[in-house]
Amino acid sequence: MAVKLEARDIRLEYYQPRTDTRLVALDGVNLTVMDGEFVSIVGPSGCGKTTFLSVVDGLIAATNGRVMVNGRVVSRPGPDRAVVFQDASLLPWRTVERNVVYGLECLGIADAEAKARARKFIDMVGLSGFEHHYPHELSGGMQQRVNLARALVMDPEVLLMDEPFAALDAQTREGMQEELLRIWLQAKKTVLFITHQIDEAIYLSDRVVVFSGRPGRVKEIIEVGMERPRRLTVKREARFHAIEDRIWGLIEEDLKSRIAGDRPPDTPRD
Amino acid sequence: MATAEIELDAGASAHPSTLARFYREHERSIIGGGTLLAVLLIWEGVARSGLVDPLFLSSPIQIVKAGIDLFEGGEIWTHIQVSGSEFLLGYALSVAIGIPLGLATGWYRRLSYLLGPFIDALNAVPRLTLMPIIVIWFGIGIWSKAVVAFLGAVLPILIATNSGVRTSEARYLQVARSFSASELKIFTSIILPGTVPFIFTGLKYGIGRALLGVVVGELYAATAGLGYMIGEAGDTFQTSVVFFGVLIFTATGLVSVGVLDALERRFETWRPKAGAAS
Ligand SMILES: Nc1ncnc2c1ncn2[C@@H]1O[C@H](COP(=O)(O)OP(=O)(O)OP(=O)(O)O)[C@@H](O)[C@H]1O
Ligand SMILES: [Mg+2]
Repeated sequence: MAVKLEARDIRLEYYQPRTDTRLVALDGVNLTVMDGEFVSIVGPSGCGKTTFLSVVDGLIAATNGRVMVNGRVVSRPGPDRAVVFQDASLLPWRTVERNVVYGLECLGIADAEAKARARKFIDMVGLSGFEHHYPHELSGGMQQRVNLARALVMDPEVLLMDEPFAALDAQTREGMQEELLRIWLQAKKTVLFITHQIDEAIYLSDRVVVFSGRPGRVKEIIEVGMERPRRLTVKREARFHAIEDRIWGLIEEDLKSRIAGDRPPDTPRD
Repeated sequence: MATAEIELDAGASAHPSTLARFYREHERSIIGGGTLLAVLLIWEGVARSGLVDPLFLSSPIQIVKAGIDLFEGGEIWTHIQVSGSEFLLGYALSVAIGIPLGLATGWYRRLSYLLGPFIDALNAVPRLTLMPIIVIWFGIGIWSKAVVAFLGAVLPILIATNSGVRTSEARYLQVARSFSASELKIFTSIILPGTVPFIFTGLKYGIGRALLGVVVGELYAATAGLGYMIGEAGDTFQTSVVFFGVLIFTATGLVSVGVLDALERRFETWRPKAGAAS
């Protein structure tokens, strides 16, 4: 299998001019994802997961190190990658349908074709009938599903997903997980998936990457090694719980060493 | 018997009396119109009571009479035409320059560095002090007043548009960049929709400033126009004519802002309504 995505020694510093502080969000992140692989990232809040995804997408330039997709260095976003953003990022002045076709519009794809493609994915996320609603007329979970459709419709080789199911109830969430796995298998996509739900990470992934607390580093990578297609019942099997316990242990270690709360940004440099 | 009563009650609450419904549908006009009517009645009453010299105060009915006389005399049409042209020319010019320049200075940082000092200076100078120069440059015809109206309206439009662009939300810009949107696409799909309410605020504020420019310009140097008419009437103590002129300006301002409001609502159908419930 070919390497699809490679992050080498990624370091990222945020500079805050107002307080003249710099904050090291990522420090020496290494990760290799194979073609067609499903990899999840878990880690404590604020450890740099979203930051890492932005670097992979090319939205933020790494302070050090480099990202390669298909062997080419990433310097900016491209149609081979698509992001499902963590926060509500739908354009509020566009209807559901206009939001979903937005990326296709940016590529200059004809309106009729874009709409036809959008319909399929709006249908898939269970929102047909809501094409002409505005985002503020939808629930948080519905908005997240539009967010998902907007990325899927781009048919990217690599899907970068930042807690896409966080606002969904348990049932819808499991339905969407299965749907995502179906798309992933059928369209042979490579997925980098961020989540706070450890069981979700295990159920979906080939490997789970555990990040350490800030500055983010790869603390450990865990092979899930369960056959596919997986049924939802694997979540109740002993080997599933064993992996879950192990990941919990890794994250707890980290939380314990920082029990006093989040570390403040680094002090000003002189 | 008891059942019948209950049914009657239920019927009443499902179909409230037509009067109550009329009130609810027209609450805004009723409250607004009511206070206006009350003020006019008090004004008329005070004028008739003889407590105040009618030369000072005029009265609503006298103002209406003065208006009828003015239209019968026919001369007022020239004044309306002159002032109208000045207003429309000046305002159109300020829209045509203020919006594009506001967008451009908001978008291109260097352009705002370049033009910022001029904009700030123009904003700081009391524009009326420029009147003599404007008259020297543009004469006492309609162009000098159009220029004063333009100078009044262009800055609010420009400044509001500029802040609209600069407050564009970072996360929407990030979405556009993630989809590899071109600069032009980012501008039309992210910047512009977010800036529309700012532009309308500037446009509405600009109306008042342009009207002010017309009046003041005509009071200063003109041979025709409603401001000129008001000035003349003031000099000869025709209070009612002054008030009638003021009324025309006020009506023009209100109608223009009303048109802009309607236009804005068409652009802003996507926006959830904000504000207190009552
Ligand atoms: N634009 C920014 N400027 C400065 N600092 C930032 C910026 N974005 C994030 N950070 C900092 O970088 C660190 C990592 O943030 P990031 O959003 O990547 O965390 P995360 O792992 O995605 O957290 P969560 O799980 O809560 O979403 C945080 O400490 C945050 O304060
Ligand atoms: Mg995040």
